[in-house]
Amino acid sequence: MKQPSSHIKTLQIDGQDVGANQDETILEVARENGIYIPTLCEIEGLSPHGGCRLCLVEVKGVNKLLPACVTHVQEGMEVFTNSPRLQEYRRTILELIFSEGNHICAVCVVNGRCDLQALATKLGMTHVSVPYLYPRRSVDASHDRFALDRNRCILCTRCVRVCDEIEGAHTWDVSGRGVQAHVVTDLNTPWGDSDTCTSCGKCVNVCPTGALFEKGKAVAEMSKKRGFLPYLTQMREKRSK
Amino acid sequence: MRRHGYHPNALIEVLHTVQESFGFLDEDSLRFVAAALSVPLSRVYGVATFYHFFNLKPQGKHSCVVCMGTACYIKGSGSIVERIEKEYGIKPGETTPDNQFSLLSARCLGSCGLAPAAVLDGDVAGKLEPEQVIERIREWTK
Repeated sequence: MKQPSSHIKTLQIDGQDVGANQDETILEVARENGIYIPTLCEIEGLSPHGGCRLCLVEVKGVNKLLPACVTHVQEGMEVFTNSPRLQEYRRTILELIFSEGNHICAVCVVNGRCDLQALATKLGMTHVSVPYLYPRRSVDASHDRFALDRNRCILCTRCVRVCDEIEGAHTWDVSGRGVQAHVVTDLNTPWGDSDTCTSCGKCVNVCPTGALFEKGKAVAEMSKKRGFLPYLTQMREKRSK
Repeated sequence: MRRHGYHPNALIEVLHTVQESFGFLDEDSLRFVAAALSVPLSRVYGVATFYHFFNLKPQGKHSCVVCMGTACYIKGSGSIVERIEKEYGIKPGETTPDNQFSLLSARCLGSCGLAPAAVLDGDVAGKLEPEQVIERIREWTK
């Protein structure tokens, strides 16, 4: 009998036998096989961040929960993606995200088109059981075309990654730590005065919430165009070959 | 910077050196470091604000680091900070407007036996009363 190649790993996700390349993550394999794992900070075309913890999965024999977006597959793994415990944890994570910022959908430019809102609906988060922090966060509307409302930022770092990895400018980064952490442009200079920003708008389009938006959009008018990301990644791969 | 071969990974070491030389990190030096090491400005700023060690504002001539560790807190370091706040109108991490004196807080100085402890201009002092600390600061700011 022919031995299976060592590059191919076989594992089980939710009882379904699947095969995967050894450098794939649990999340990638699950998607290929039509198994849904909720994600928020992850976006196809950018490096994984592993920050939102919504893609946590249970693996048999491992005490910890593992983030599917950064965990590579292993031979014989038994993965569970949707246990009652995970559902509970995911809802709690969402509640914490909501309570940490000022997420008021009714007055938000992306109302109805928000990744965070959609996930809360999908995962059945009906209310927030922890007290809201109501932080006072600053807004930066110094850019000609775009604006940043840190009250709606969930620190997924999609903007930081797209600016660094795709645009190559690295205008964005996270400043401070803990509850004071926030995104900044350059040396905390107003966005409009940034020397490095190319005004390409990639950050605005990958932002999952209404934290980054185009100026002149009223409530629920802002839709994000994400098509460019897989396209650019594909075209660049072609060029580097 | 030359010692570190202008390598982007040397960012933290270089920022350390800058702070040792100038006492704090001003915008010009951050820009200079970013350009010399070819590190994005926002990352330099992110690192400088992430670590409590780095100061973006000039520090006062004298400093008082009050320990806010569990032992010191129980023994009344909170009232020391309150007293200083009342007297000089600055919170931990801030400097008086005349740049004479900075009030800082620490998680734990590791001198729990001396609780409540504080570091006054580099010297550890223990078993402090709020009035003692104020006395010392008054001497500095005379």
